[in-house]
Amino acid sequence: MTILEFTAVVWLGSLAAGFLGALSGLGGGVVVVPLLTLLLGVEIHYAAGAALVSVIATSSGAASAYVREGYSNLRVGMLLEIATSLGAVVGAKLATRASGAVIAVVFGAVLLASAGLSLRRHAEPIDVGPPDPLAARLRLDGAYPTHPGLRRYRVRRVPLASLLMGLAGVLSGLLGIGSGAVKVLALDAAMGLPFVVSTTTSNFMIGVTAAASAGVYLHRGYIDPGLAMPVMLGVLLGSLAGARALPHLGARALRLVFAGLVAALGIEMIANGLSGRI
Amino acid sequence: MPRGWSDHRVEEAIGRLLRTGVLLAAALVAAGGALYLIRHGAELVDYRAFRGERADLRSVRGVLEGALGLQGRDVIQLGLLVLLATPVARVAFSMVAFALQRDRLYAGVALLVLAILLSSLAGAMP
Repeated sequence: MTILEFTAVVWLGSLAAGFLGALSGLGGGVVVVPLLTLLLGVEIHYAAGAALVSVIATSSGAASAYVREGYSNLRVGMLLEIATSLGAVVGAKLATRASGAVIAVVFGAVLLASAGLSLRRHAEPIDVGPPDPLAARLRLDGAYPTHPGLRRYRVRRVPLASLLMGLAGVLSGLLGIGSGAVKVLALDAAMGLPFVVSTTTSNFMIGVTAAASAGVYLHRGYIDPGLAMPVMLGVLLGSLAGARALPHLGARALRLVFAGLVAALGIEMIANGLSGRI
Repeated sequence: MPRGWSDHRVEEAIGRLLRTGVLLAAALVAAGGALYLIRHGAELVDYRAFRGERADLRSVRGVLEGALGLQGRDVIQLGLLVLLATPVARVAFSMVAFALQRDRLYAGVALLVLAILLSSLAGAMP
């Protein structure tokens, strides 16, 4: 394959990955890494480096819209970014030592778990009752715009959420993904944020997490401009289109289809890792 | 504290900052990509084995020097550096905004996050 052909194929594939990532809420990174490694035979460290770059682009692009609408909880985001960015640096360091096969197997397991998490039902947030002492001291409780007006919510279980965020950071740095599924789990299931606040705050945090690991990837030479260029431009455009298309499509059926697809990719990654083909 | 720095205004400014950073980065990456493909598009490709990038593509100074010489790969890498700098600028901006609001706790939190990001980007992490 010539560079021109390869760039065109990667760009088209990344466009599709970004589109599906936005529709499913899982992000482009989890689709683009299997695409590059399984279909195009790209070495997994390069694939993760290029995916990280695309994750920063989509996160920052989408967050710029959400932040202005007042959904994200900036204090929760900033506080938990300590845990995710430390985790991300640890994960990126692990990636520099791990073999491609190990990364592929962990990646597959994370894909399977993400597929399951994306079908989870979401608990209703609490806005009454006594405040959580730690969350109150950290002034984390917030409010978000709804139809009748601002709706308040309480935040709880800060230490558990920090732990989950540390794990999300490690996975992000190790695999080159945004770890949106684990971040949303920490915010919505552990802390009790309303779902719309969880997804937008998670999106907002993903860019910072990915930037922390991208530093390590850059210095180790894992970010190849020739590969990162079509991946970043493709995923960014695809996810913008996906976000536009989302309101017009049936969410539940789509999520089922997508969860099945992600699970199949996960099994394929594990099989390839175990047989030593990655 | 300047009365104008309400949470809402901070959020609007952060939104603008993120969008500008991403647009600038995408424009640089696309321009560098065009240069790269015009010059090297017909060459053969190999991403199957990991070799690590040329040392000058791994440091900020090396990338800047190459980009000034209009080397396609360096212009792309410069765009990627702008992209990486966007979340860093966001954290720095939040830190200043928290400080202006006299919110010492969260200015400190943002400073800690900023320190982690900068030491990772500077290659100073052990």
